[in-house]
Amino acid sequence: MKHLLSCDGLSRDTATAVLDTAEALKQTLLGREVRKLPTLRGRTVITMFYENSTRTRVSFEIAGKWMSADVINVSSSGSSVSKGESLRDTALTLAAAGADCVIVRHPASGAAHRLASWLSGTHTSVVNAGDGMHEHPTQALLDAATLRERLGGLDGRRIAIVGDVLHSRVARSNVHLLTTLGAEVVLVAPPTLLPAGVNSWPVTVSHELDAELSAVDAVMMLRVQAERMHGGFFPSAREYSIAYGLSEARLRLLPDHAVVLHPGPMLRGMEIASTVADSPRAAITDQVRNGVHVRMAVLYHLLAGEEEVA
Amino acid sequence: MPRTRGAADPGGRRELLSAGDVARTVARMAHQVIEKTTLGAPDAAPVVLIGIPTRGAPLAKRLAARIADFSGVQVPTGVLDVTLYRDDLRRHPNRPLEPTSLPEGGIEDKLVVLVDDVLYSGRTVRAALDALRDHGRPRSVQLAVLVDRGHRELPIRADYVGKNVPTARSEGIEVLLEELDGRDAVELVG
Repeated sequence: MKHLLSCDGLSRDTATAVLDTAEALKQTLLGREVRKLPTLRGRTVITMFYENSTRTRVSFEIAGKWMSADVINVSSSGSSVSKGESLRDTALTLAAAGADCVIVRHPASGAAHRLASWLSGTHTSVVNAGDGMHEHPTQALLDAATLRERLGGLDGRRIAIVGDVLHSRVARSNVHLLTTLGAEVVLVAPPTLLPAGVNSWPVTVSHELDAELSAVDAVMMLRVQAERMHGGFFPSAREYSIAYGLSEARLRLLPDHAVVLHPGPMLRGMEIASTVADSPRAAITDQVRNGVHVRMAVLYHLLAGEEEVA
Repeated sequence: MPRTRGAADPGGRRELLSAGDVARTVARMAHQVIEKTTLGAPDAAPVVLIGIPTRGAPLAKRLAARIADFSGVQVPTGVLDVTLYRDDLRRHPNRPLEPTSLPEGGIEDKLVVLVDDVLYSGRTVRAALDALRDHGRPRSVQLAVLVDRGHRELPIRADYVGKNVPTARSEGIEVLLEELDGRDAVELVG
């Protein structure tokens, strides 16, 4: 694997290998005094975030550091980006400065793919840490890791992805990855928050949350992305919450074994009730914990083995 | 090279140890571990056997079983994957990781016997010593291998050797174990 740009096109074997590595890393680090592995000593990882982020950036930074890579964080403010440097020039500069891996988050869909094409011919790997409304592959991988851990596997499992699917790169990556791993996905959202062309996705679509809950093994709540909404997608926050929020009453409709996921940041009281987010059914902190191991696994698969030229 | 036993098959395989030989060799190594570690003596350091995947792991279990048969002492066993500590990762395609599981009491202040199937360059053992250091500070570390095939690239030697086999670098040694391969044997390939 040279880059990780999307879950679309990621093979079942590759995805499973990354998840297995993450599981082994988690187990290896369990209860250790020194949570640092020498594997990526001397490799340089640069995170390049053109959008705000807490958990993803920190998670990648911890993952890199626990593998002994040198991690450098670049954000758009405070770098030459604010002077008007293009994404391409910034990326080429970072590669020339010696980056073995560039982790990029960008508001434009497709930014990571463009970056990878500009860097072809160099040894630098690219990881997509979220590009616009397109994909966020490491989030889907950590969701899959959490579901595997809680449910014992994904084959034949039914997962509901609920809420603002239209603006969600997390939903897109998860649809591809979860179906590749053998799960069934049902998207639950108001018609205004579903993308055009959703009919061609390998999913079923529903507008009725209550009707779906009793038959799912997991429910993934999406944040309502106000920053990407220009216009009225639903009448009011309260009405959205009543129709599509995961309330305590709805939690009781779920089967006993079912898991609640949220990629964060959460809007408590909007798409998820505060008591639901804090209930033992919610695996939200597990997702964050697994995120570190999954990102370590991704860096391992990109950087530890023989160099790939592409 | 002289033929020790068995006939070379068309693929150029020669049996060095039969299933019976493997069992006798492990039994002899168990006796040596008991003697050298003064196992069971009141002032002896507690012994733990740590297998290096893949084939060191079942070997450590077998060695522990023989030790229990001969001495009545149950020594804890564990598995230590050293992949993340290797210095040759960049020379090979990605290796999958194996699970690591150390015995309940850990390795702190224990006499750790590392167990592997073949001792060759010594690089795996070096990686294992580094990995151990991140899990605690053993009182001492010893090394047990079923086959020592020579060609060391580091100043490392084994405390317990099942069989010394002089080899050429072009040859390969294959250790087959019932648990993983369906039968016990050590074969020279190529």
